[in-house]
Amino acid sequence: MSAVEAARAPVGRPRVLPSTRLLRSELRLIGGRRRNQAGLAVLAAVPILMAVVVKISTPGPGEGPNFLSSVTANGLFVPLAALGVEVAMFLPLAMSMLAGDSIAGEANIGTLRYLLTVPVDRTRLLAVKYASLCIGALWGVLAVVVPGAVIGLALFGAGPLPTLSGTELGFGAGLWRLVLVSLYLSAGLAAFAAIGLFISTLTEQPIGAAIAAMIVNIVAWILDSVPQLDWLHPWLFMHDWLSFADLMRDPIHWGNITHGLWIDLAYAVVFWLLSWARFSGKDVTS
Amino acid sequence: MTQLAQERAGARDPAPDSGGTGAGSRDATLAVQTSGLTKRFHHQTAVDSIDLAVPRGAVYGFLGPNGSGKTTTIRMLLGLVQPTSGTRSVLGMPIPEQANEALHRVGSLVEGPAFHPYLSGRANLVRLDAADLLADPRTARTRIDAALDRVGLLAAAAKRYRAYSLGMRQRLAIAAALLQPRELLVLDEPTNGLDPQGTREVRSLIGSLASDGTTVFVSSHLLAEVEQICTHLGVMREGRLVAQGTVAEVRGAGARTLRLETPQPQAAVGVLEGLGVQEVTLRGEVVRGIPESLGGEEIVAALVQTGVGVRAFAIASPSLEDLFVSLTGEGFDVSG
Repeated sequence: MSAVEAARAPVGRPRVLPSTRLLRSELRLIGGRRRNQAGLAVLAAVPILMAVVVKISTPGPGEGPNFLSSVTANGLFVPLAALGVEVAMFLPLAMSMLAGDSIAGEANIGTLRYLLTVPVDRTRLLAVKYASLCIGALWGVLAVVVPGAVIGLALFGAGPLPTLSGTELGFGAGLWRLVLVSLYLSAGLAAFAAIGLFISTLTEQPIGAAIAAMIVNIVAWILDSVPQLDWLHPWLFMHDWLSFADLMRDPIHWGNITHGLWIDLAYAVVFWLLSWARFSGKDVTS
Repeated sequence: MTQLAQERAGARDPAPDSGGTGAGSRDATLAVQTSGLTKRFHHQTAVDSIDLAVPRGAVYGFLGPNGSGKTTTIRMLLGLVQPTSGTRSVLGMPIPEQANEALHRVGSLVEGPAFHPYLSGRANLVRLDAADLLADPRTARTRIDAALDRVGLLAAAAKRYRAYSLGMRQRLAIAAALLQPRELLVLDEPTNGLDPQGTREVRSLIGSLASDGTTVFVSSHLLAEVEQICTHLGVMREGRLVAQGTVAEVRGAGARTLRLETPQPQAAVGVLEGLGVQEVTLRGEVVRGIPESLGGEEIVAALVQTGVGVRAFAIASPSLEDLFVSLTGEGFDVSG
């Protein structure tokens, strides 16, 4: 027994260094999947399609949604218009797929048990999974914004950016607003991803988890459109998403944006903790 | 072969299981110890109050039919499943309290291989290595290649896991268990899906790991697969641990049998029964019985004294296979 202990003594308590290796591995896993690459391509196709359609049809003034009618004035309106179109369905759908896969996907193919016995602490695994979903949310938004901006500028040029308040912004300031919009919507999707992460800890079926998350999204949009439930609306995670347009005013209207960010934070914290409560003591039998 | 295993058991086993380790007391000479470990799923008791004792340095064969609770026990040891009651410790550290520290020193293969199908074999190992906070990224490539080489998978390392055969998948899972130097290997059915050649290779791999001092806890539903390499055995039946100890101890638990050939069988039966031999049976000129603690010399001397001729006489321990069937009841069918 003493011999055994002596043999172990030099090893001592292993030194644990904080490392981003698992997070990077996670991002490679997400980014390397054909399905996800196809999803990004679909997200990117929408602004391209919109820009091309507008270019060849040139609607008269006052037609179409707000941003779309301004597209011809400035190419940066292409990504904004595309975000307006994708924020209700496409982006949450992409997020649902990623989030549904996060835990349930690993459980489904059995890799979860091997990750946990590496060992990876369950809390750490949930933190890394959620961090990767947040980055995935940003990727999703950028997949709309970057190709949208590129094709918009290519087809319609980079004139001064008229704001919704009637004033005009310089190109640099306009680009900066676009960055703010991207970050704001990413935060909203990240909050939604926390719901998806929680659902993903409930099942071993990633597709089921993704569908359930998508149903949550659709139900929220339906509830948000029922006037009798207006007391509920400010508490729905997606209620302030479309307020991203407020970032295009001059000066910026912060009211809904700030409220939206607080709601995002609340959803993220509550659902991450629910995931943790569910996952930390769960029997992994897959 | 079994003789060899027994000698190794004697040589490397610092403290053979005394069977008397009380609940709660942890013994540092044990690589795995459980006390009253129980798991109930709904109404079914998968594991019923088992007290495992796996000495450091042992090759412990954890045997039992499919469905007898082996995998659930292994999952509890690795912290994947919470026991309903009872305690467990691995390498002297209680699970789950010190699971992170203990599991770094444990390589495991649980219920078959599981990897990302669209990643290559190597990329899958890179991912597992990346998940390990204690793994040094600078040595990752060397360690991964060494592990792949050890299981003979280096040539197929760049292939997608999806394209692997069952045997290759199993090898990759073993490679994953060998990414770090380990003090304990927990291998659940490591030869599943392997051809006879692969089975032999895994056996010799386990042997070489064990000779480096690694404790190996290997489960199987096939006695023949593990009996040659094991120093210790634990036998499960319907969630209970029905036998445990060194191979010699487990084998000794089965009754020895006596076989006598004699021209005077009737007289021989009388003599044997007089000596206290149990269950004496007679068929033709062959007499059988269970001598219990009686020595062969004693019996033969008594026979010769009373004028019973002895043509052939033998006392034999039961084969492990026979013992096995008797311990696990219905043999190796799936149990309830």
